[in-house]
Amino acid sequence: MMTAPQSSRRFFLQAAAMAGGGLMLRVSLPRHAEAAQQAGVLNAYIRIAPDNTVTILSKNPEIGQGIKTSLPMVIAEELDVDWSQVHIEQAPLDEVKFGRQFAGGSLSTPMNYEALRKVGAAGRHMMLAAAGQAWNVSPAECRTDRGTVNHAPSGRSLTYGALAERAATVALPDLDTLPLKDPKTFRIIGQPIPGVDNAKIVTGQKLFGIDTTLPGMLCAVYEKCPVFGGKLVSANVDDIKALPGIHDAFIVRGKSTGDMQSLQDGVAIVAKNWWTANKAREKLQVTWDDGPTAQQSSAGFAEQAHKLAHAAPAAWLRQNGDAASALQHAAKRVEAAYSYPFLPHMPLEPQNCTAHFQDGKVVLWAPTQNPAPGRRLVATTLGIEEHDVTVNVTRIGGGFGRRLRNDYMAEAAWIAKQVGVPVKLLWTRQDDMRHDYYRPAGFHFFKAGLDGQGKLTAFSDHFVTFGRNGGLADSAAMDSNEFPAQLVPHLQYGQSVMELGIPTGPLRAPRSNAMGFVFQSFIDELAHEAGQDPVAFRLSLLGEPHVLKGSADPMRAFNTGRMRDVLTKVAEVSSWSNRRSLPARTGKGVAFYFSHMGYFAEVVQTTVSPAGEIKLDKVWVVGDVGRQIVNPSGAVNQVQGAALDGLGAALGQGVTLDRGRVVQGNFDSVKPLRMNQAPPVEVHFLTTDHPPTGLGEPALPPVIPALCNALFAATGKRVRSLPIDTGMLRA
Amino acid sequence: MAFTIRINGAAHSVDVDGEMPLLWVLRDELDLKGSKYGCGAGLCGACTVHVNGAPTRSCLLPISAVGDAQVTTIEGMSAQPVGRRLQEVWQALDVPQCGYCQAGQIMAAANLLTHTPRPTDADIDNAMAGNVCRCATYNRIRQAIKHVAETE
Repeated sequence: MMTAPQSSRRFFLQAAAMAGGGLMLRVSLPRHAEAAQQAGVLNAYIRIAPDNTVTILSKNPEIGQGIKTSLPMVIAEELDVDWSQVHIEQAPLDEVKFGRQFAGGSLSTPMNYEALRKVGAAGRHMMLAAAGQAWNVSPAECRTDRGTVNHAPSGRSLTYGALAERAATVALPDLDTLPLKDPKTFRIIGQPIPGVDNAKIVTGQKLFGIDTTLPGMLCAVYEKCPVFGGKLVSANVDDIKALPGIHDAFIVRGKSTGDMQSLQDGVAIVAKNWWTANKAREKLQVTWDDGPTAQQSSAGFAEQAHKLAHAAPAAWLRQNGDAASALQHAAKRVEAAYSYPFLPHMPLEPQNCTAHFQDGKVVLWAPTQNPAPGRRLVATTLGIEEHDVTVNVTRIGGGFGRRLRNDYMAEAAWIAKQVGVPVKLLWTRQDDMRHDYYRPAGFHFFKAGLDGQGKLTAFSDHFVTFGRNGGLADSAAMDSNEFPAQLVPHLQYGQSVMELGIPTGPLRAPRSNAMGFVFQSFIDELAHEAGQDPVAFRLSLLGEPHVLKGSADPMRAFNTGRMRDVLTKVAEVSSWSNRRSLPARTGKGVAFYFSHMGYFAEVVQTTVSPAGEIKLDKVWVVGDVGRQIVNPSGAVNQVQGAALDGLGAALGQGVTLDRGRVVQGNFDSVKPLRMNQAPPVEVHFLTTDHPPTGLGEPALPPVIPALCNALFAATGKRVRSLPIDTGMLRA
Repeated sequence: MAFTIRINGAAHSVDVDGEMPLLWVLRDELDLKGSKYGCGAGLCGACTVHVNGAPTRSCLLPISAVGDAQVTTIEGMSAQPVGRRLQEVWQALDVPQCGYCQAGQIMAAANLLTHTPRPTDADIDNAMAGNVCRCATYNRIRQAIKHVAETE
């Protein structure tokens, strides 16, 4: 039975006795104001059993960001249990019970850190109260220690497990005034704790969506039109059904909503094993009506963008002072055109989902970063109610933002309904690369003016981006506060839009992964044109420590002081001032970027062979994500991975559109970074008196311009287009 | 067609098309899910198994070509001293992020250490370049291999 909830302005706490004599604690948190659009309430769920094991439900999907380990660490710390007592379970989708469940925006830590400390502290407080009752002493005389309550005056002690049943009946604490541990006494937070699934991962146990196996399960593939939004005219499904080992093949009519996130036209092929189903595609003949997107190509967009650049922008995002006039009167004027390609996400586990439809209800096992919209999509697609859709969230073999979309869930559910037995849908690598929600390509046409002392006085960007159905394409926007806005007296950002038929979406550090490259590269050009050290030029632009306007939330407003500090530190740890002594064709480059509430400055050192081959020597990263790194092991791993991910993208990634189709299909043409390319990444964190923020994304954006700026230092050649064309770097 | 293959020391009989790659026999017929599908083209190494001790891309090896070779998968690695040691160190040094590629990484690393117990950085580059880690845990993988080599 649940106790009456204790609620406050900020928290909502309930406790209950477990069958068999344990304690269950749940706490709900209201909306995180600044994350209102993406976030919601959060709910932790703790069970303390009589045998003193503590089960913590991990509510958010685990995509490799380490959240299944780090958030339970926060609870366990304040609860004051030993980490070895703790058992973690992945929660199923149930937002009534657990609150908003998603993995994105590097938001899990900032949204949950303080709240989960309170959850743990509430449990600890209740154990103290229960012990006080049991021994008829004041709880103030009792102390907790790793899952035990001790009463020193009488030498008595009881485990949390032994106290759990009584703890379920004590008065709930007031969460607003509940004391938290002094961080100096932390024994779990701040310790390097290995991932909780590591043992299963290294021994090859079933864990990921693709590993799902159900009795009587069949396997499916789904062939879609290679041109986005194309319609199926006809397909030889009867020929496919006649092939040996094929259980079924059928045409699926999509639910066109124009956003490419719903079920698309296609052919499903179902067999006992996946290979047989996929092999049958060799014999599949489909006639498609390609539709209007077949007119679009990367080359066409580049041509159109350059035409648009000659005219005034269609809209102004920002105008400060009189940039046009200041550019005219500048002592030195610099112009440069930058561009970057569409990028696929290519998580190593291709999209997949297992579904079982029975009696009007469907159960799914889905590797999704965002299960609740997936459930809505499945309900809409099948024409059933949301409460008839159950979603089990599996461990996920890489997210990068791809699995914030749930198209594969709709496909699996539809196929399972048709087939009537459990079905696992699995995409091939080519399906995955050619049916993504790509990071939008973009074009920037910069102009800047320097005065006689090399000071930046005028700055202009004409951003040519993509639109869809009258608005901007997903993740194709630019922030009007983009650095160096507010730091240059005459500044303007304009925007023009090209209509796009292919779907786009967030990729790790969305928007920032592109803006970091263009702005921090062009700033570097300006430093060189001004004859100044690129670090000193940036420090001078940042000016005195202050907070720029742009967001009502102080955490989301750019603090120039925090950026100055990480920049200064990265110059120090990378021996920036000694860079002139590097050998010929070896260079260091620097860049910084503020995203996801994190401040990162990075230096890359590279050596370029006379043939233009790039060797990455080393990366130095300095980050400021506030006062506490929850799990230093996971944190360093995330930062190293983010930096290397960005380098991989710059060196070898991008898809090209031809007649509305994505040309590339596998890792031979879009190249993930490999061991023999990966440099050591040295990571430093500055501890500052700000709330802890997330680490999945903000280390990525600065590494790309740091590399390009290093290539300039090494070769004198300026990279203004990605992926990097090594041909231009030849001696 | 019926085939009998030897996986992790045990014989398994399956009745499948002779062209079916070993990876899909392991995953869909024998329910050994440790070897992963990533690219289907020998480009990522997530499906790496040992065939008579040699690291092999199981996504490209038809079952008809396996014959009576000894196949070892990640599920059988704890029976080998180097495999068990790699699994321990991989956990302790917290190598994985998403973890999807790590079975293949361990299979490649085991082969490296079997033939080169004290690998240089260049040895590690050569042996591991065929295994993609999309989370880019390469610094940790290198550290773990060196740790195993130094503590053998």
